[in-house]
Amino acid sequence: MSDLLTRVRRGAGEKGPGGPASGRPGRTPRDLVTPGLWLLLGLVLMLLPFYLEAFWLRAGLFAMAAAIGAIGLNLLTGATGQLSLGHAFFLAIGAYGYCVFAGDPDAGVVGFGMPPLLAMVLAVLLAGAAGGIFSPIAGRLRGAYLGIATLALIFIGQHVLFNAHDLTGGYNGRSVPPLDILGFTFDNERVMVASVPFQAVEKLWYLGLILLVLGALFARGILRSRPGRAMNAIRDHRIAAGVMGVPVARYRGAVFIISSMYAGLAGVLLALIFQRTVPSYFGLILALEYLAMIVIGGLGTVGGAVLGAFFVTVIPQVLTRYSEALPLVSAPGTGGVAPGEVSRYLYGAAVVAAVLFLPGGLVRLPAVLRARRARRRAGTTDTGNMEVPS
Amino acid sequence: MTTFLELLITGISLGSVYALIALGFVIIFKSTEVVNFAHASLLLAGGYFAVVSRDTLGFWLALLVGIAGAALLGMLLEFLIIRRYRGRDHSVLAIVTIGIDIVLITELARRIGPQIFSYRDPWGNTMMQLGPVSIPQTRVAAFVVAAALITVFLLAFRYTSWGVAMRAAAEDRGTAALMGVRLGWISASAWAVAGALAAVAALFLSIFPTTGLDRETGLIALKAFPAAIIGGLDSTTGALAGGLIVGVTQSLATGYQSELSFLGNGIGDLAPYLVMVVVLLIRPAGLFGTRELSRV
Repeated sequence: MSDLLTRVRRGAGEKGPGGPASGRPGRTPRDLVTPGLWLLLGLVLMLLPFYLEAFWLRAGLFAMAAAIGAIGLNLLTGATGQLSLGHAFFLAIGAYGYCVFAGDPDAGVVGFGMPPLLAMVLAVLLAGAAGGIFSPIAGRLRGAYLGIATLALIFIGQHVLFNAHDLTGGYNGRSVPPLDILGFTFDNERVMVASVPFQAVEKLWYLGLILLVLGALFARGILRSRPGRAMNAIRDHRIAAGVMGVPVARYRGAVFIISSMYAGLAGVLLALIFQRTVPSYFGLILALEYLAMIVIGGLGTVGGAVLGAFFVTVIPQVLTRYSEALPLVSAPGTGGVAPGEVSRYLYGAAVVAAVLFLPGGLVRLPAVLRARRARRRAGTTDTGNMEVPS
Repeated sequence: MTTFLELLITGISLGSVYALIALGFVIIFKSTEVVNFAHASLLLAGGYFAVVSRDTLGFWLALLVGIAGAALLGMLLEFLIIRRYRGRDHSVLAIVTIGIDIVLITELARRIGPQIFSYRDPWGNTMMQLGPVSIPQTRVAAFVVAAALITVFLLAFRYTSWGVAMRAAAEDRGTAALMGVRLGWISASAWAVAGALAAVAALFLSIFPTTGLDRETGLIALKAFPAAIIGGLDSTTGALAGGLIVGVTQSLATGYQSELSFLGNGIGDLAPYLVMVVVLLIRPAGLFGTRELSRV
């Protein structure tokens, strides 16, 4: 119970021990630096497609899509304490839902030929609806029971994806119709912007950025307001939350639906980047990767989800690209340790290390370091004082 | 009718193997409140230790090596990682076991590669005739061994001082510690027992009619999760019942696949999960699990 109170208080202090008195007039220089940094970061991200090659843009895009999905999972697992191993299922629903709604009706697989933007919205809603169907279970179970129950979703999803040929194209998957917003198509046709040729990756980059920022702001809004406090209360003490008037089962169900919708959106974005969806991608490994993301980045925070998503998605791609230059890593198929395996060791170990040594994940790293430095400084002055009498 | 009987017997035998895995899973949960998602990799590790030492040591000694190896690995995981966690939230610890699982499975899959290891077991592919029904000898062996192990375990759980200590720890950790139960030893031994049971299960999951141990064998262990959940995570009886339900369901659904063809290929592997979802809808704590009551 006291744990709950400290958490709530920490949440109300906005910046924790580092930034007290944030509501008072007379802002410290630090309060001005932070928005400035965000602005700078935004500007850099906007300019990147003009300088980076397609490989890095693709890696960044994957990370953005993963970040959206991870934010959703973090609302569920991090903030509400509901373990879910079924996130990949909802990613698949988003990806395939978009393909079905927007697909060409004459292409041999079912397609409704809707405008892609509408299809995108519908796919997200469809993922939410799928979460809603599962919410009688999601609302009543918690912790490990829910984790294993959602494991069923993965297997059901894989079964349907491989067998419902008319909808999903079976083993070989189906191609993804490009997104089109008010006549602007996100396809590979070159558009020159400031003498830089813009292809699908460059165009999607901006879409990804916008969706990620919107998704992050929305999630932050939830976490910092009444529902967020209720979710944290359910995680920390279910019964106390119920006593205080939080409808526990309804909240759990609702968070499950929201998290599925985030996954659906991430799925649509992933499908647009891949330009082809295949069922084997949406397996158990993917669901475990999303859990790894939120634990490594930091449970229960939006920033943590984004950091973790970048860590888990970008590292394998970097390792693959530079596999010749790195010691101990060899190209896939040569018998040594392949880059994909190295990255799995890395993030598997990172999950364990994060929980044991850095509870709160990567987002808490600056605060932990600052606290340690402060403690060391305090420690040295203490010994100094003790030495004075002698 | 003969087909049905054959499928039923195969299912019961398969179910008893799942029960072995689920039992280990439940023991770990009862004694440490950790849901061990690394169970699949423990199983694969046990199998791997056995098959690599089989050429030099022969089948029986190799099997012992596998069992001891998996038990030791389980103990090490408990000692090095699980015990170091200082938080209260046990679902975070479940995610830690997922991290462990990712590392172990990747390493084992890399070592095994595309090979398929045969155990060279004494049963081979001989069939047994029981009246009109013919079943592989391996299936009978699986059932007998699993039943014997489960009986021994349940007796030990009931009558030895280790079992009493373990049940006391599951009931109330604080009081048990005050009564002189060494909690660290209890949870380490729980992980060791679970590892050993998983290694035995690995044997029966990779001999005839399966071709051998390969890197996917660990995935079969995932079916023990629904088994444990159907029975109730904190119930040893439940693990047995759940294992049998999963085994029989899977065997029947695979056997009558042609009649169920409208559900698509591979419905047998999916059936246990569907049963689990239905059970959870009706009884959220599983069939034998204790319904959680909280005192405020």
